[in-house]
Amino acid sequence: MIARDRLSKLTSNLVLLAIGILFVLPLLWVLFASINRTAGLRVEFPTDPTLGNFKAVLNTDTTYRPVLNGIVLCGGSALLTMVCAVLAAYPLSRFKSRFNRPFLLTVLFCTGLPITAVMVPVYGLFVQLNLVDTIGGTIMFMATSSLPFAIWLTKTFMDGVPISLEEAAWVDGATNMRALKSIVLPLMWPGIAVVLIFTFIGMWGNFFVPFMLLLSPERLPASVSIFTFFGQYGEPNYGQLAAYSLIYTTPVLLLYLLLSKKLGGAFALGGAIKG
Amino acid sequence: MTTSVAAATAPSGKPGRSGKPRAANLLKMLPLSPAIGLMLVFLAGPIIYCIYAAFTNMALTGTGAANVTFVGLDNFRKAFGSSAFSNAIWLTLLFTLLSAIIGQNTLGLGLALLMRRANKLVRNFVGTAVIGAWVLPEVVAAYLLSAFFNDEGTLNVMLHAVGLPGQDWLYAAPIIAVSLANIWRGTAFSMLVYSAALSEIPKEIEESAEMDGAAGSKRLVWVTLPMISRAVLTNLMLITLQTLSVFGLIYAMTRGGPGTKSQTLPLYMYEQAFSFSQIGYGTAIALVMLAIGAVFSLIYLRGLNSEAA
Repeated sequence: MIARDRLSKLTSNLVLLAIGILFVLPLLWVLFASINRTAGLRVEFPTDPTLGNFKAVLNTDTTYRPVLNGIVLCGGSALLTMVCAVLAAYPLSRFKSRFNRPFLLTVLFCTGLPITAVMVPVYGLFVQLNLVDTIGGTIMFMATSSLPFAIWLTKTFMDGVPISLEEAAWVDGATNMRALKSIVLPLMWPGIAVVLIFTFIGMWGNFFVPFMLLLSPERLPASVSIFTFFGQYGEPNYGQLAAYSLIYTTPVLLLYLLLSKKLGGAFALGGAIKG
Repeated sequence: MTTSVAAATAPSGKPGRSGKPRAANLLKMLPLSPAIGLMLVFLAGPIIYCIYAAFTNMALTGTGAANVTFVGLDNFRKAFGSSAFSNAIWLTLLFTLLSAIIGQNTLGLGLALLMRRANKLVRNFVGTAVIGAWVLPEVVAAYLLSAFFNDEGTLNVMLHAVGLPGQDWLYAAPIIAVSLANIWRGTAFSMLVYSAALSEIPKEIEESAEMDGAAGSKRLVWVTLPMISRAVLTNLMLITLQTLSVFGLIYAMTRGGPGTKSQTLPLYMYEQAFSFSQIGYGTAIALVMLAIGAVFSLIYLRGLNSEAA
């Protein structure tokens, strides 16, 4: 029995390790190519490693401005999402109302709608409202598209904060918004951080929405400019593409590390999703 | 924007003091208004606009640009009669089946199950690799996997090493390549959902099943899976919906090509609406996608409801 157990543990480890290696393999290319002067599509460790690719892409047009645009766009949208989600989650979590259930069901239903499909009519709507190629309009749409999921998650986290503390505050005459700000939010900040960071990561990688709604090269975030710089004119410079990919990916990797080290975020998220 | 300002400065009602229950109730619900406002304008608005435009000949150029007229069901007739549309539907189904329902779902469950028996080092390594692929921005993932599937890419190097013939996968089997790419990118989600679900199964239940002599596979089918059936349903619905709307990954890898060999519904919609400027026809396709999404979403809601009841 024990021998069999050990054998099955060993098999589990080996199978897992094999899958892990399969997941790592595509990543090797980007690491090697970024420091290779003459990178192609083949995975090979450069004979003469260089930082030249990074130097070549670190300039305003290629890196700094798109990354800054991305921070403004995704940061703004994530903040707007979070503010609306917290405000909406409070009454949903705290007060019983006939309105709650249908609203939450609608929110859940919206999380399922394919945002991609909405993009053509959204473009039409943006033309009518004169919002095409504006950062503000794009921020509002991006915030809205992640709002249903954010409301759902935030409400789940808020439900975990006991209501008794607020009841005491209400008796002392605090308003709801005050109770939310000084009692509920401080107690659920890890949940807030999880939702905020996940919203940001999702937006940082989102290609289609800014690709459709923004036109001017000087407004494009990194997710789109990587495509326009490297994808459109024949054979790209693979070394620079790899270097740029790494720079562009770094912020979300750091955020993810923060999330998993400090907050146990991924597993909290998994728990919240499964309902 | 006006709604969020209004809500932020509006006084909020005190709960539990119902002088005028109706007004007090409305006040309590006031913080919902920024969210509702945004969703009405930017989500409900486009959907209603979509329902309208799908029945018109709206276009960016030509007659449909000058004066928009109702054309009834013409767009839908055109779609269901066109081979490009049925090609897109078929590819979307194949893509969803291969990459989400079979790939991500099974692999995610497998990883979550294996991880419980693995040692910490292996578990951390695999978890980081799988989640790393998930966190990566869509277009970066697309470039990485284009390189991986390319003629001289890593996959072919590996195949040559074991004596198998290689090929340019993006040309020879583009839909398989993008499906594998989507598995690589999306499995983390299923893995996280299943890990969370499995962690909630009481240890005693599985131990007693083991004591009774239930073998590994039997235990999985008769004990473990039924305990996480709700997570399975939730996960299947969510990944199906996510996969239906995948655009950037496929667009950056193949642009739907070669020809239309990997042109799923979102890419077909994009091509019709923007490359060919047929907004009316494009929104009709969008409406079909929304309808498919709505059906899946409703099944998912019903499942959640009946489990809760």
